[in-house]
Amino acid sequence: MKYLHNVTSLQLSLRKCTGCGTCIDVCPHRVFSIEGRKAVILDRDRCMECGACAMNCPSGALSVDKGVGCAAALINSMITGGEPTCGCEKSGADGCC
Amino acid sequence: MAELKFLSAAEGKSEATCSCPKPTGHRISSGQPEAHQAEVETVPHWVTGTIATPAGLVPVVSPALTRADLWRHVRCRVSSFRDAFALRPGLYAVGAPDSTSEVLVSANYRLSFDHLRRELQGMHVWILVLDTKGINVWCAAGKGTFGTDELVRRISASHLDRVVEHRRVIVPQLGAPGIAGLRVKRATGFRVQYGPVHARDIRPYIEAGCQATPEMRTVGFSLLDRLVLTPMEINPAMKKYFPFYAAVILAAFGLQPTGIIFSSALSGSLPFLLLGLLSVVAGAFLTPLLLPLIPLRSFAVKGWIVGLVSVFVAAQASPLLNPAGAILPVITYLFFPLASSYIALQFTGATTFTGMSGVRKELRIAIPIYVSSTVISIVLLLVYKLGEWGIL
Repeated sequence: MKYLHNVTSLQLSLRKCTGCGTCIDVCPHRVFSIEGRKAVILDRDRCMECGACAMNCPSGALSVDKGVGCAAALINSMITGGEPTCGCEKSGADGCC
Repeated sequence: MAELKFLSAAEGKSEATCSCPKPTGHRISSGQPEAHQAEVETVPHWVTGTIATPAGLVPVVSPALTRADLWRHVRCRVSSFRDAFALRPGLYAVGAPDSTSEVLVSANYRLSFDHLRRELQGMHVWILVLDTKGINVWCAAGKGTFGTDELVRRISASHLDRVVEHRRVIVPQLGAPGIAGLRVKRATGFRVQYGPVHARDIRPYIEAGCQATPEMRTVGFSLLDRLVLTPMEINPAMKKYFPFYAAVILAAFGLQPTGIIFSSALSGSLPFLLLGLLSVVAGAFLTPLLLPLIPLRSFAVKGWIVGLVSVFVAAQASPLLNPAGAILPVITYLFFPLASSYIALQFTGATTFTGMSGVRKELRIAIPIYVSSTVISIVLLLVYKLGEWGIL
């Protein structure tokens, strides 16, 4: 299953990439591969912006606007103007995750 | 068995906050280096003993789940019981691990912890439980509570460097959004190795010398995965929206020039109440279940399609669900498919493949449609009422 076409904020800098393959280890959707000693994005639409690759890339070659992909959280943040959180931390909350 | 005290952690949820009945086990006393308060608790039933380490006594947990455990898992899936299903962070042992045994990192959500321990039958490993405030690994990693700082803190608080002689920890792959492996290495000397996505793959992963296959690294979203999530889609929808909706509908249909008439409230509003329930079923149950079969990628559109088909099929099946006249059918086909769409859109928070940018895009387009259609439906309902009263 894939989500919307061409919306992900995932960016790969080939200049910084060292081809270490950490992104392949942490990506849960097989977005990356290694070709010619550099990472390549196989399919952008498979990216869910979890942020694992950017968090663990040792050379800082990856960036992604990570966040909760949760409608309730985003609606809350639109209403309150705050950061999107689904309130799962509060006990008794009808959280979304 | 050595005596070991189970002490409440100073912050966060501990086993004590769990609303489930306390097992009538033995009391244990001490050695926990991270203990802050001297409040003694009853030992959970899944702790079977203790193991002595250079850093003190560590509780040994059973890899077998009891029926009580499984019943609590069911409750986690259907209600806010899950919000209080935490265990104390810190180091635990399975089997008889020694200084060369692997260290598996987990969250202090009992469901996550139980899924891990039941896969460890016959193995000898350490489990380092982080304080994720009772939230599962993936969600907590997204929020940063299953994070670099917490892992660093927990490694040092449990004196892991004294318990094991190697310098590596196995973090579940879905913890990676919260953990910067290099920073953990710099701060503690422990190298983060990302294990498989699922606990069921942990044994083959370790047996293969901590090597994961591409399958172990990939998240799916099977029919069963989706099915177990639906109760917690239906439950909030019924609690949050339905009572308010039912009150409005009952009042609208009951309202007569002479006051609120209860008999007409019930008979008049029954179709709309049932269609409301149908929207919840369509959006919170059918859409998640049929997800890959429904055309297009947008959840709002998927939910709308399922809602529309459901309303149409229901109308064919029963005249009760096929309101007559010029106005009520318009409301039926305008409002209820969109209600299903809105509820289906909430499911983006539970899937394994939707991202924030996509949900934002959906909301930007869908919210104005939801709001304007609801307003139009209310206006049409008023027009209908005025016609009923003979004013129009």
